[in-house]
Amino acid sequence: MKLKKWVTGVVSAALLSAGAANAADYVIDTKGAHAFIQFKISHLGYSWLYGRFNTFEGGFSFDEANPSASKISVSIDTTSVDSNHAERDKHLRSKDFLEVGKFPKATFVSTRIEDKGDGKAAVHGDFTLRGVTKSIVIDAIHIGQGDDPWGGYRSGFSGKTSFKLKDFGIPKNLGPASEEIEIFLSVEGIKK
Amino acid sequence: MNIQNSRSEWGALSIAMHWVVAIVVFGLFGVGLYMVELDYYDSMYKTAPFVHKSIGVLLFLVVIFRLFWRFISPPPNGLETHQAWEKKLAYWVHIALYVLLLVLMISGYLISTADGRAVSVFGWFDVPSVISGIDNQEDIAGEIHEILAYVLISMVAIHAVGALKHHFLDKDHTILRMLGMSKSNDK
Repeated sequence: MKLKKWVTGVVSAALLSAGAANAADYVIDTKGAHAFIQFKISHLGYSWLYGRFNTFEGGFSFDEANPSASKISVSIDTTSVDSNHAERDKHLRSKDFLEVGKFPKATFVSTRIEDKGDGKAAVHGDFTLRGVTKSIVIDAIHIGQGDDPWGGYRSGFSGKTSFKLKDFGIPKNLGPASEEIEIFLSVEGIKK
Repeated sequence: MNIQNSRSEWGALSIAMHWVVAIVVFGLFGVGLYMVELDYYDSMYKTAPFVHKSIGVLLFLVVIFRLFWRFISPPPNGLETHQAWEKKLAYWVHIALYVLLLVLMISGYLISTADGRAVSVFGWFDVPSVISGIDNQEDIAGEIHEILAYVLISMVAIHAVGALKHHFLDKDHTILRMLGMSKSNDK
């Protein structure tokens, strides 16, 4: 009786710690800026214009053994849009594009993760931009993970998705070559 | 007509600057309203802001010189027929017009130079960025620029209504004097 209780205790403790070790929670390292949200859109069909969001936060839980159980959520401060040109950024924040006065946040919350093997996954989730919520898919790749030199543990991913500006109610028409925007995420999480 | 202002009359330089500034302010207001609505593919999409900014910088120089000239060659006295309250009101409206103009032009400059870029004046010369990198500088300066533009135009309307009142109701030569057509001996 006593022994049985002891065994149950040890087994459940082992299970708990194993569970905790496998599906770890990470906070995205925006503080140290080892995370980037960048976008790319065609200019007139002649070149690529790159920009980024400087301020965002988020976290994920990741279990290398069971990637499908992972989760990620990111919240972007839309006012932090930066295309390296003040006049354009002002325009991007206006009603023509992001209307940041009314929609200061864009968010992504994963709903389902489809493991594609080899560290690749399709991250399905709800993306809210300019007050419009739509389901999108981010093609994600696990880049690597391990101890960092300062006593922490880190895990990093890159992701890519694209959508039409129109889909999220962005009214400005930039021409036929510039209807679609690509978003690139590069996130490094620090284990909590 | 003299170049300089006298005790009772405006000189040619003050009159010229008054009307140039008036016309340019209306022009910039119109171009400003027009250019922010342009389609990305409109041929004026780049030209209109370029002209707006170039003329804005030149206007700033004219206004600075105008204030300097006001100091060198003070304005004529107000007409004796003007009431004390009219003089007081006109005085404050004039100060408001100058302050609004200056803040308006500086705020416009702060939009375009928020990222350290210079403002080109018709490609003749560049005005370098002096203040840049304040958080959301272009947005704050943009708000100020837009709001003050409307306030300035409202103030101009008050200024014009006052002048027209003198011309048509009081039948004095306030406006004629600013057109260089006054014969002060008549009154």
